[in-house]
Amino acid sequence: MFSNLDLQKFVFGRLTLEAIPYHEPILVATFAAVALGGLALVIALTYYRLWAYLWSEWFTSVDHKKIGIMYVILALVMLVRGFSDAIMMRIQQAIAFNGSEGYLPPHHYDQVFTAHGVIMIFFMAMPFVTGLMNFVVPLQIGARDVSFPFLNNFSFWMTTAGAVIIMMSLFVGEFARTGWLAYPPLSGADYSPGVGVDYYIWGLQVAGIGTTLSGINLIATIVKMRAPGMTMMKMPVFTWTSLCTNVLIVATFPVLTATLALLSLDRYAGTNFFTNDLGGNPMMYVNLIWIWGHPEVYILVLPAFGIFSEVVATFCGKRLFGYASMVYATVVITILSYIVWLHHFFTMGSGASVNAFFGITTMIISIPTGAKMFNWLFTMYRGRIRYEVPMLWTIGFMVTFVIGGMTGVLLAVPPADFVLHNSLFLIAHFHNVIIGGVVFGLMAGVTYWFPKAFGFKLDPFWGKMSFWFWLTGFYFAFMPLYVLGLMGVTRRVSQFEDPSLQIWFVIAAFGAFLIALGILSFLIQLVVSFKRREQLADFTGDPWDGRTLEWSTSSPPPEYNFAFTPVVHDHDSYWDMKNRGYARPVSGFKAIHMPKGTGTGVILSGLSVAFAFAMIWYIWWLAALSLVAIIVVSIAHTFNYNRDFYIPANEVVETEDKRTELLAGKV
Amino acid sequence: MSSHAPVHEDAHEAHHGHSHGHEAGHGSLKSYMTGFVLSIILTAIPFWLVMGGVFESRAITAVFVIALGAVQMVVHMIYFLHMNTKSEGGWTMMALIFTIVIVAIALSGSFWVMHHLNTNMMPMSPEMMKNMP
Repeated sequence: MFSNLDLQKFVFGRLTLEAIPYHEPILVATFAAVALGGLALVIALTYYRLWAYLWSEWFTSVDHKKIGIMYVILALVMLVRGFSDAIMMRIQQAIAFNGSEGYLPPHHYDQVFTAHGVIMIFFMAMPFVTGLMNFVVPLQIGARDVSFPFLNNFSFWMTTAGAVIIMMSLFVGEFARTGWLAYPPLSGADYSPGVGVDYYIWGLQVAGIGTTLSGINLIATIVKMRAPGMTMMKMPVFTWTSLCTNVLIVATFPVLTATLALLSLDRYAGTNFFTNDLGGNPMMYVNLIWIWGHPEVYILVLPAFGIFSEVVATFCGKRLFGYASMVYATVVITILSYIVWLHHFFTMGSGASVNAFFGITTMIISIPTGAKMFNWLFTMYRGRIRYEVPMLWTIGFMVTFVIGGMTGVLLAVPPADFVLHNSLFLIAHFHNVIIGGVVFGLMAGVTYWFPKAFGFKLDPFWGKMSFWFWLTGFYFAFMPLYVLGLMGVTRRVSQFEDPSLQIWFVIAAFGAFLIALGILSFLIQLVVSFKRREQLADFTGDPWDGRTLEWSTSSPPPEYNFAFTPVVHDHDSYWDMKNRGYARPVSGFKAIHMPKGTGTGVILSGLSVAFAFAMIWYIWWLAALSLVAIIVVSIAHTFNYNRDFYIPANEVVETEDKRTELLAGKV
Repeated sequence: MSSHAPVHEDAHEAHHGHSHGHEAGHGSLKSYMTGFVLSIILTAIPFWLVMGGVFESRAITAVFVIALGAVQMVVHMIYFLHMNTKSEGGWTMMALIFTIVIVAIALSGSFWVMHHLNTNMMPMSPEMMKNMP
């Protein structure tokens, strides 16, 4: 009997049948829906014989454009997951009044808000931003791929592996109930003995490897692979913000990795870094995690600023106002973002001098941000503004982000923060800047670069629907939270006593439904645009009268991006080329040297999922086995010398001739 | 003028062939040996300091060990990572300076924050808790 039990323990660790939440109707229904949807997808892919195509053309591809698109698809899937969590919380808070417990028991509600935060930041916003940078940056600097193409593929699959680990917690075991940053001592072994925090740790550690490596990759790409003539001060603004974002990633993600590693030592090896006694200090965790956490905010928003800069300049038909000041503002924000972290825990008790220092630095960081805002306004001033969908998102951003920025400066005042700390006012503030800044920026970016990626524009009607639903939905959802926060309602509460608060939560829930319609409109937009792709097609490669190099090649760009590496004379280099009467070269093509796809990234990521799963469930044999396998596969990959190939000259000629024909026929 | 000149035709081609760093040297046997010997010496001293109980105070020993660790890092950067002010057109140096600035901010900031926290909050008896503002 007992030896039997031991064997089971050896094989499955702490994984038992009880870990499958078949007794929770909500989860069972979700699982059924996911399983049916997944099955339908698998059947469809098999029926249309798409597996081989997906494997060879996408999964193993090292083409930065395809990897960028896969990142964005991952982000959209996770957006739907994260948003489901959001709307569940909004419904719960709208009905859990007057003694009603709502429909989510507290232990489930706690997992929902933790998962919402983790997923939206790490698996929606991060992959979305990385995806756009991956797709756009090499095209903007006139390169044929990133510096380390295999690493790019590997990074993507590690990010996906992290997402898979987090998603697994939905149906096997549970997720953390600690809030999205898993503060100890709550996240320590004493107070969270279950697998929830372990899912959190390993999901983030695996995805963190991908994020850090992709940061290194993009820095190297921007520093080393710019087209001739493109000096630093001639780089497009989006490339500049991408560079700064990736510098931030490389400098801060190791801090997150180290902090989570210390937390896992506490949980696995019984150390006492962040425990209450034996010399541990939980506040050290809070301090360390925000040294990463605050720059992370700028990692997300800087690329969005870059997108707005490109969009404003393009749709106003003007040079960006104050290019140099935009660049310096970006760099200043990059540096300043490292010296504000304490404003996340003013109430911790560091005293007046420390709080004053960090309060002032926080207020200072709003200056370069404000400078950017004026640059965009002055670009619009006397510009010939075209109110296409990306421009709508930009204007929606400018209005919304200014409100969020002002409440941010308000929160930067330590005495005010003592009142508002952990209240719904804070929740309203950071959703205001993340939705108003990052999400609107990403939506603008997707609409702007979609024709470049697929060769047809997105349907503008559904784009406008999406925009207006998002915008109004945002205000309905979060303005009530400002009010509630000022009344003293704290975050992460699942039931309420005071019935007078209910109306505000009902309004917020209504707003969340409007946002749901916004997301739905976006998905409809994708379908409608695909069906109308003949009418929406763009043959010129330059549907918006663009200014930067990515618009000089065809849409979608050929695998090699540019048949000849362009020569740059100005930061709006394609605009400059158009004005000088640039003629696209139609002959003299040569064979092009390109990197070759490999499946190693997929294999390593699969092994990492196995390793993380084993660590989470204490299945030590599997952990050891998968770790050895990861090392072996990595070393074996270094012996793979078959990494490159030449696109023969006649194939290049064929592709380019096709484009010449298209340009002649349709323009 | 601004059209693509075939002369510039392929930046990638130039990068190919010799795929290692361009300006960063590979170091000679002599430089590797210097680095190796220095590393060994710098590792042996801390061991001796701790095991031989050279200093009375543990704090002084700790400071010496940390300082020697910092020197060790510099040795590695110069002899094994071949960093100098000129490699990669100065980018390595700039990245290093940036790293040092960030590490200095994170370390000194953390010390400052945690020190204040310690002074203000740590010895908290129930009586003190009662008299909190």
